[in-house]
Amino acid sequence: MDAFLASLVSIGFHGLAYGMILYVISVGLSVTMGLMGFVNLAHGVFAMAGGYLMYSLMTRLGLPWLPALALACLLVAAGSMALERLLYARLYAAGELPQVLFTIGLIFVAVAVARIAYGPLPLAAPLPDFLSGQVELGSRSFPTYRVGVIVAAGIIIAALWFGLERTRWGAMVRAAVDNRAMAQSVGIDTGRLFTTTFALGSGLAALGGALGADLIAMTPTYPFEQLVYFLIVVAIGGLGTLRGPFLGALLIGIGDTACKYWVPQFGAFFIYAATMALLLWRPQGLLGRAQ
Amino acid sequence: MAAASAIGYASSARLRPIELLPWALALAVFFFAPTYQPLAAYVLIIILFALSLDLIVGYGGIVTLGHSAYFGLGAYVAGVFAVRVTGDPLIGLAVAAAGAGLFGLVTGAVILRTHGLALLMLTLAITSIVLEVANKWTTVTGGADGLHSVPIQPILGYFRFDMFGRTAFVYCLIVVALCWWLVRTIVYSPFGVSLAGTRENDVRMAAVGAPVYRRRLLAYTISCTLAGIAGALLTQTTQFVGLSVLGFELSGELLVMLVLGGVRRIYGAFVGPVVFLVAKDYLAKQFPEYWYLGIGILLIVIVMFARGGILGILDGVLDRLRRGRR
Amino acid sequence: MTPALETRALCKSFGALTVAERIDFVLPPGARHALIGPNGAGKTTFINMLTGRLKPSSGRILLGGEDVTALAPDARVKRGLGRTFQINTLFRELSVLDNVALGVAERRGVAGRLWRPASAYREVREESLELLASLGLAGDAALRTADLPYGKQRLVEIAIALGLRPKVLLLDEPAAGVPSVESERIFEVLDRLPREIAILIIEHDMDLVFRFARRITVLVQGEVLCEGTPAEIAADRRVHEVYLGERHGHA
Repeated sequence: MDAFLASLVSIGFHGLAYGMILYVISVGLSVTMGLMGFVNLAHGVFAMAGGYLMYSLMTRLGLPWLPALALACLLVAAGSMALERLLYARLYAAGELPQVLFTIGLIFVAVAVARIAYGPLPLAAPLPDFLSGQVELGSRSFPTYRVGVIVAAGIIIAALWFGLERTRWGAMVRAAVDNRAMAQSVGIDTGRLFTTTFALGSGLAALGGALGADLIAMTPTYPFEQLVYFLIVVAIGGLGTLRGPFLGALLIGIGDTACKYWVPQFGAFFIYAATMALLLWRPQGLLGRAQ
Repeated sequence: MAAASAIGYASSARLRPIELLPWALALAVFFFAPTYQPLAAYVLIIILFALSLDLIVGYGGIVTLGHSAYFGLGAYVAGVFAVRVTGDPLIGLAVAAAGAGLFGLVTGAVILRTHGLALLMLTLAITSIVLEVANKWTTVTGGADGLHSVPIQPILGYFRFDMFGRTAFVYCLIVVALCWWLVRTIVYSPFGVSLAGTRENDVRMAAVGAPVYRRRLLAYTISCTLAGIAGALLTQTTQFVGLSVLGFELSGELLVMLVLGGVRRIYGAFVGPVVFLVAKDYLAKQFPEYWYLGIGILLIVIVMFARGGILGILDGVLDRLRRGRR
Repeated sequence: MTPALETRALCKSFGALTVAERIDFVLPPGARHALIGPNGAGKTTFINMLTGRLKPSSGRILLGGEDVTALAPDARVKRGLGRTFQINTLFRELSVLDNVALGVAERRGVAGRLWRPASAYREVREESLELLASLGLAGDAALRTADLPYGKQRLVEIAIALGLRPKVLLLDEPAAGVPSVESERIFEVLDRLPREIAILIIEHDMDLVFRFARRITVLVQGEVLCEGTPAEIAADRRVHEVYLGERHGHA
């Protein structure tokens, strides 16, 4: 019984950390998909870029941990803005197949570049001293880094929710997600709104990727391997909302950790099966709007 | 090599001479370049796989990233069947086709009730599930190692699979030719035109009394059966099946090949894989990493500038020549 | 005589918002009936319930005396219900001929056939061409539908519906968006529609309504305000109040 409780706590903790990271990465995808209706399969590319850039900034330029993290996210956000203006924006009216093809092409390019630049093995930025080791919480000890991840993600998420609820920018995003044509006719510059939202979403993905390198290994095939999870989080949570993917990420984070712990011989089977079941019952996701 | 709207109630379905070109080339390989038979057999298999995808993506308008699930299922069923029941290739082919078709029917019945992201998501989930099962069910599938030396008996008890790949090549040629004829027939039939209708405007289709869901499901099932046949052919001609027949990357690569050739043109499914595989055979060996990079850039370029693929470009050039002559 | 189309106490609410309130409606065979009302009155919602795109919250829909409330759209089409859409809903990339042929083939039961090429079904092609000719579109048969001017596309919209040989035809603003030089064409076509078809037309263009309809129903905020001949409706004070401040005329 004691061991069972201990394993529950362990699963809960690690699942929570994993779920928070999944959320930070996927929330951008949910908002941009809800905002522009664009199926961006390449979202994992930005997460991967964040992780690898941070690694390079720390090992090649010798930057300390926190500045490297911040700079990596800013660089990815800026790069994503350029990509969006130059390439993505030309496909908004194009239909599903061209969008899917384009983003797959982007994944291929990113995977190849990552493999050329960083090699095929998993890499992670070295941890600073204040984040390594263990921390005592009650009668158990937990890796400090993961505690830090949970705390940091919590703060980021709170800031994001506040921003979307309280700021003018947030109001415009919510309006445009709800009804783009209407938003345009009341004068909201949806083009610029989308670029900034896209940049924010990609920056957050980079943040999640870099922070979560401990939980989701940073390899060149990251965008292919993790895509399913990001899409699952968004699809079961519901497009275009903030809270939907949060619920989705927690469910997947804890569910996946539990499955890998208790029934490792089935791997991710239950997650996929559960996702299928849920999408068939509610195609719009748990908190999404029915079409 | 006509454009989509040329298939309809007013267009002739008669076989044009140029449509026999692929088969003439295949026969040429048989007679004049027998050392290329194994490669040609592989190309034929991928062409069939691409044809099956074109039926559902190009003609049906249903974007899927999970088609490798049916290819892989066909491959594994053929392999496991040969190992555990009998190595007769024709029976194995039939069983694999039935298995893939049934799986396609069941999954299609379920996912075709959705559309857009949910549908795409479900196709990814399906192929991920099949990959997971193949990976973990090691006693049956051999797991990450796959099944080696799958025992395949001579076709009809007489045609042994020789080490030059001649039997394998002719086997693939006949099967793929039959499947090509099937796809061509379907595309030109009233069913094919109604499939185009559901692709163009499914609201209108319902408003003219068409059972949209049922038509799509039939197209999907046929497509999955063909993919399964392609997978089975691969297992039977190489005596091996492994995890490489599954997964999102394979689905993605196939989509690239089809788009490269040109969707919704039947022969795009021929041109695309040939160009892609020949290029890959040469370039990927020389510069493996840059190959992947090149494919990605090519895909982006196609989407931005040449959405009809190679055949689309050819059509455009021919059009301009014709106009110039006037 | 059995009505071609009838609704009994048809209601539709989205949560607290009621868009249709106990609509009783009768369309006799051969009718020329118009449904008018201010924007947001629920006219398109009513049509969508009739065709089966929208499920009513309560009430019944009868087609030729048969209760079709639970039937899917394609089943209702098979029982003789045709419609056109307010916004052109065509197969844009297909030829004009194929647009009509698709419906004709469905009606003839050959649309699901797999083995012979479509071009072998000469009856389908010929019937479609005849229909297009009757609407003056014979010369456009081979053209890509998206390439046609808007007014002609509207005619294709009607052609598709006629190809179904409906007993009941629902026309949702057939002249909407058509420049006035082309709309006379549409009026002519509507005048020449077969006598046996029961036609319900939603329109804002009052000239068209008074020219075409023998009976008019006025729908306001989801409820039937009144129904009668054009003369009765034109004289009804309540109708004038409803339209007060609204400019009617060409859509």
